[in-house]
Amino acid sequence: MIAVAVKNISKTYDKVSALKSISFEASKGEIFGIIGPDGAGKTTLFRILTTLLLADSGEATVDGFNVVNDYKAIRQRIGYMPGKFSLYEDLSVEENLEFFATLFHTTVQENYHLIEEIYKQIEPFKKRRAGKLSGGMKQKLALSCALIHKPSVLFLDEPTTGVDPVSRKEFWEMLSNLKTQGITILVSTPYMDEASLCDRITFIHQGKFLDVDTPRNMIAKYPSKLLAVSASRMYPLLLDLRANPQVLSSFTFGDNHHVTLAATYSVEELAAYLRLKNHEDVLIQPIEPTIEDCFMQITTTADE
Amino acid sequence: MNDIVIQAHELTKKFGDFTAVDHISFEVHKAEIFGFLGANGAGKTTAMRMLCGLSHPTSGSGSVAGFDIAKDPEKVKASIGYMSQKFSLYGDLKVWENIRLFGGIYGMKTKAIASKTDVILNHLGLMSEKNTLVRDLPLGWKQKLAFSVSIFHSPQIVFLDEPTGGVDPAARRQFWEMIYEAVDQGITVFVTTHYMDEAEYCDRVSIMVDGRIEGLNTPAQLKQETTSTSMDEVFQKFARKATRNQD
Repeated sequence: MIAVAVKNISKTYDKVSALKSISFEASKGEIFGIIGPDGAGKTTLFRILTTLLLADSGEATVDGFNVVNDYKAIRQRIGYMPGKFSLYEDLSVEENLEFFATLFHTTVQENYHLIEEIYKQIEPFKKRRAGKLSGGMKQKLALSCALIHKPSVLFLDEPTTGVDPVSRKEFWEMLSNLKTQGITILVSTPYMDEASLCDRITFIHQGKFLDVDTPRNMIAKYPSKLLAVSASRMYPLLLDLRANPQVLSSFTFGDNHHVTLAATYSVEELAAYLRLKNHEDVLIQPIEPTIEDCFMQITTTADE
Repeated sequence: MNDIVIQAHELTKKFGDFTAVDHISFEVHKAEIFGFLGANGAGKTTAMRMLCGLSHPTSGSGSVAGFDIAKDPEKVKASIGYMSQKFSLYGDLKVWENIRLFGGIYGMKTKAIASKTDVILNHLGLMSEKNTLVRDLPLGWKQKLAFSVSIFHSPQIVFLDEPTGGVDPAARRQFWEMIYEAVDQGITVFVTTHYMDEAEYCDRVSIMVDGRIEGLNTPAQLKQETTSTSMDEVFQKFARKATRNQD
């Protein structure tokens, strides 16, 4: 069953084209990840799907309802966590939660099971004003408020931006649990490592979707053999790799550089070249690409 | 060694009963890239504010660029550069106006600012955008410009607070190459990040947990100490020890 269907949606602000004919479908109970940097168009798409902004052209439905004609029905059915903290800072934690429950004609008790795992972590601070919470706690409260009316589709716009790696991991564990409750989740993120936790992902780049697929298939489609190269002096190594015309791409990647070579150029030739450049402890290993490698490959190709 | 440019000794900051930074001690050497990691709420920002001369330590001492952070905070501020993801440049000023403003704030002469502006913009490939409002620049460019501005007055040390948040992967890497260039010129880099691949690019990394520095070493050594294969794993192992629930 299709939970979100988008067909040829475009949006332009003044002269800037924010979304360029976007189409995709997300199935019920799916975690659909929209991966891309700030300014790629993620928030515009979320605002259109949550009926807060009208597209210039194209059509979209959420849970079977049209985003233009049936906006009232959609607003009853969705949860939305905007990128910017949007709760009432001068209400306490529990007041915010009760307020959102009341707005949707429900009670905190009725749907407590949905938020329990998240909310119990901030419950000790339920009397504290939302404005006085730390970043991680605000995020948990915002998710609780977005869930309290048992939405069928949840929109999360960069829920983990600026959040440390441990809290990010915990947040994604929560999302997997929500999925088992049948809630469809559309989530955007600039963190490439989070993509592998989605059922399907798309790369958004300058207002366009570049491919939609499962993370595993994205990796399988990577067109070149990828090598991890390291040596004792990493920055000079990078400069020498760049200077070699047989090296098609070279990016820093944690403790090694990820490199692709021209089809006619062998690993042995690369090793010989680096020895000639006086690099020590050179290590060259074939590796499986990560989602970040795929993103860079696809966006670089799109820019050319 | 006399190439120490940042020194913290039992540096502590308390807010009422709460000890945000709890007796941290470390040294950073000239032209080193020092990664300052920790979970949200571990005390990184408070520690960084003290080192930048913006917050007075409760106890302990520290020196930055040879100046005592408690006694000479103004001299500290004049010797450093600072950039963060949250605030870097003024969006409603043009590219050149931002450079002019920050150059002036750091006491550079108008002539020196003008000639260096062109050098920087050429180097960044931004010459054609000299008269563009900063808010109209793509984020990746803005961050690279912000970094250039933060080291425009040739500070000894630059503090970078999550400089690459939300930036696309290719621009993030270009940003780090600019860091390497600055280090080549002798500038010391003190950087916080939530991207663990970036922790690998640092010469040494410290990990703060509940206000204390629990780990401090090269990325390779930290991985070895904790039998981890990546900095992400190292970070998870340290940060999960946290008992402080302020986040």
